[in-house]
Amino acid sequence: MTETAGFWLPMVWALLAATAIFLYICLDGFDLGIGILFLKEKDADHRNLMVNTVAPVWDGNETWMIFGGAALYGVFPVAYGTILPALYLPVLFMLLALILRGVSFEFRFKAESPMSKFFWDTAFCGGSIVAAFMQGVILGTLVQGIKVENNVFVGSSFDWFSPFSLFCGLAVVIGYALLGATWLLWRCEGELHDTMRRISFALAGLMLVTIALVSVWTPMLHTTYMQHWLAMPQLALVAPVPVAVAVLAGVLFLGLRNPRSHLLPFVATLGLFFLCFSGLGINVWPYIVPPTITIWQASSPPESQTFLLVGTMFLLPLILSYTAYSYYVFRGKMSAGHHYH
Amino acid sequence: MFGLSALFLARFQFAFTVGFHIVFPAFSIGLAAYLAVLEGLWLKTGRSAYLDLFKYWLKVFSVVFGMGVVSGLVMSYEFGTNWSAFSQKAGPILGPMLAYEVMTAFFLEAGFLGVMMFGLNRVGKGLHFAATCMVSIGTLISMSWILSSNSWMQTPRGYRIDEATGRFLPVDWWQIVFNPSFPYRIVHMGLAAFLCVAFIVAGVAGWHLLKARREGRQASEQVRLMFSMAMWMAAIVSPIQVLAGDTQGLNTLEYQPAKIAALEGDWESESRAPELLFGIPDMKNETTHFKIAIPYLGSLILTHSLDGKVPGLKDYPKEDRPYSPLLFFSFRIMIALGMLMVLVGLWSLYLRWKGKLYDTPLLHRIALFMSPAGFLALLCGWITTEVGRQPFTVYGLLRTSDSVSPIALPNIATSMVAFVIVYFIVFTGGITILLRTFAEEPHPDQHGPAEDQPQRAAGTTQVSHQPQPDAGMAE
Repeated sequence: MTETAGFWLPMVWALLAATAIFLYICLDGFDLGIGILFLKEKDADHRNLMVNTVAPVWDGNETWMIFGGAALYGVFPVAYGTILPALYLPVLFMLLALILRGVSFEFRFKAESPMSKFFWDTAFCGGSIVAAFMQGVILGTLVQGIKVENNVFVGSSFDWFSPFSLFCGLAVVIGYALLGATWLLWRCEGELHDTMRRISFALAGLMLVTIALVSVWTPMLHTTYMQHWLAMPQLALVAPVPVAVAVLAGVLFLGLRNPRSHLLPFVATLGLFFLCFSGLGINVWPYIVPPTITIWQASSPPESQTFLLVGTMFLLPLILSYTAYSYYVFRGKMSAGHHYH
Repeated sequence: MFGLSALFLARFQFAFTVGFHIVFPAFSIGLAAYLAVLEGLWLKTGRSAYLDLFKYWLKVFSVVFGMGVVSGLVMSYEFGTNWSAFSQKAGPILGPMLAYEVMTAFFLEAGFLGVMMFGLNRVGKGLHFAATCMVSIGTLISMSWILSSNSWMQTPRGYRIDEATGRFLPVDWWQIVFNPSFPYRIVHMGLAAFLCVAFIVAGVAGWHLLKARREGRQASEQVRLMFSMAMWMAAIVSPIQVLAGDTQGLNTLEYQPAKIAALEGDWESESRAPELLFGIPDMKNETTHFKIAIPYLGSLILTHSLDGKVPGLKDYPKEDRPYSPLLFFSFRIMIALGMLMVLVGLWSLYLRWKGKLYDTPLLHRIALFMSPAGFLALLCGWITTEVGRQPFTVYGLLRTSDSVSPIALPNIATSMVAFVIVYFIVFTGGITILLRTFAEEPHPDQHGPAEDQPQRAAGTTQVSHQPQPDAGMAE
């Protein structure tokens, strides 16, 4: 009995944790993307409008990240205790960037002098870029593998500083910017909408290039990853992913070219994120700290996982429904101009 | 006390980040409850001053809550980066509790925060009030989980230790969550959060009462109303808090006598123990210098009996003693502030009875001066209970020195410097904005974030295909 619980519970939790991380990437992805797009959009009214599309919901979006940390701590404590020391500096930079960017939501509207307004706008933009980049680096480092002996991290403080993980950082910045641009294209009208549609074209092109590069690069990192592409049962699982990416890319470009299509580009981008995320997941499976610790080795005892699972089954649908309600309350296009300053 | 080791820096960093963080949740807990009360009273009585105050304090809430979220995010990862050994060992017990906190509280707060902040015009009065209550309930649930986890570290129950890995494994979740010190701590902390906000509100009101007096006019109805409400809180809650603190003291004496010995600066266990008003505990020479003592009072306070036996630090091996010089003072500052709050509350009752509550500038000045008193007392209380748990993270079972990550000193030094710089920027910015908000007098037809300025947001912008907002909400 315990044997089977010990086998199935970590699988269920791995799936739940992956879902939570994916939700975080989708939700905070577009609001980090908005910060990144401050690089291109300098107009003060437009900037306010951009921030306002996410103002009522960003706290909730960021909560998924806190949930990720807490769930990892409770369900896979060995992963929590080895991944975080290994990624000490990237995690630190990400957290600091998220702090600066988070408070800028409030502070930039309340800043009185042009100096302080400029400062908090820069903090919002810079914080978003650094946070996105570091999330990519964290992902890249994890995929690349972490040196662990006896459940303790034994690598050096700069193992994360590798071409692969830095490139993943860049890829995530581009991806989030595209999510942000397609979100704004959906939620805004007029000039801002047109700008975002233009920017989305370029970003979509860049994103496809980075997806292709990461896809070729990843199997070359470890022989286990490569085996997924060479042996038959696994190949059947991974082979459809690149095909689906190509199809969705086509849909995305069609949506961007059709001026009447507003929501489709955002949905297609989310779809691309989903494919990339599951593609990486399939590569890494069943390791949670590649290349040594599996989800079973990282797990807390079944008593802990069960205790949390019982509540989660009930609470997660509840959370999703009131989050959806909040999005519903603040639905629709944001109109520019007259309400601002 | 320690060399400049990674352990010392990890501890210092934890104290620094949690010390900054704790102020904001406490502020949010108290303020969310205050907002719910204000909106409820407005709906019940229709008196518009309540709505004005609601909108005034809602602006403060948006800043305070945001700072709580971002500084809390750090805490959820710091356990892993700096305290990975602790996380691996205590994770099976504390991790699920923190995850439950996020699921039952953080999401609830964040999910309804948007509606509470910006939805006044969109969802109607009833639903909006429900959202405000949800946010307030969320803050209280959050407090319950985090205090339960903390209490488990102080008085662990319901676990067994796995011999192979040294991990704490859950045996009885009921005993884990409702461990012996939890009921006392949650009451003490909840009341503390309410008092923090009561004294902030009193301070802001006091400032505007003094200003109005200087300008030879009467302060607005809103200012007088919030001063009165805050003084009721001070008069009623501070004495209750003294009782709550006393019962927590008895609980600590039962489960953590070494902490009591350290915060009292007592070295020898004795009956009929005196209470030290002042002294300088000396860990090395095992004595307390410059004592000013009141005979019998120590036994009376701690055991409620004149000849009750109180513990002394010498009962415990040297390596198990908490650092008394810090505890001795943090504890006394907390008590002194608590007593001052009780006095202010009582005095306000007397003045209210005499009809002079709004005409006694000295009280207003004291209220202004004491506006941070709640937070100071709260921080001193936390220092007392956390430093008093040392040298353990899980009391009596897991030493702090065995909890730390295998982190290189340069890493942790870098992060320490980075945290200090970023927190300095962020908290200076936040406090400046709060002070600027406080400097404005709440007035009739208070403009809240819901109607005019995009104070970070946007409930303000109309949705093009939406029906017009419920005109009733605009007041």
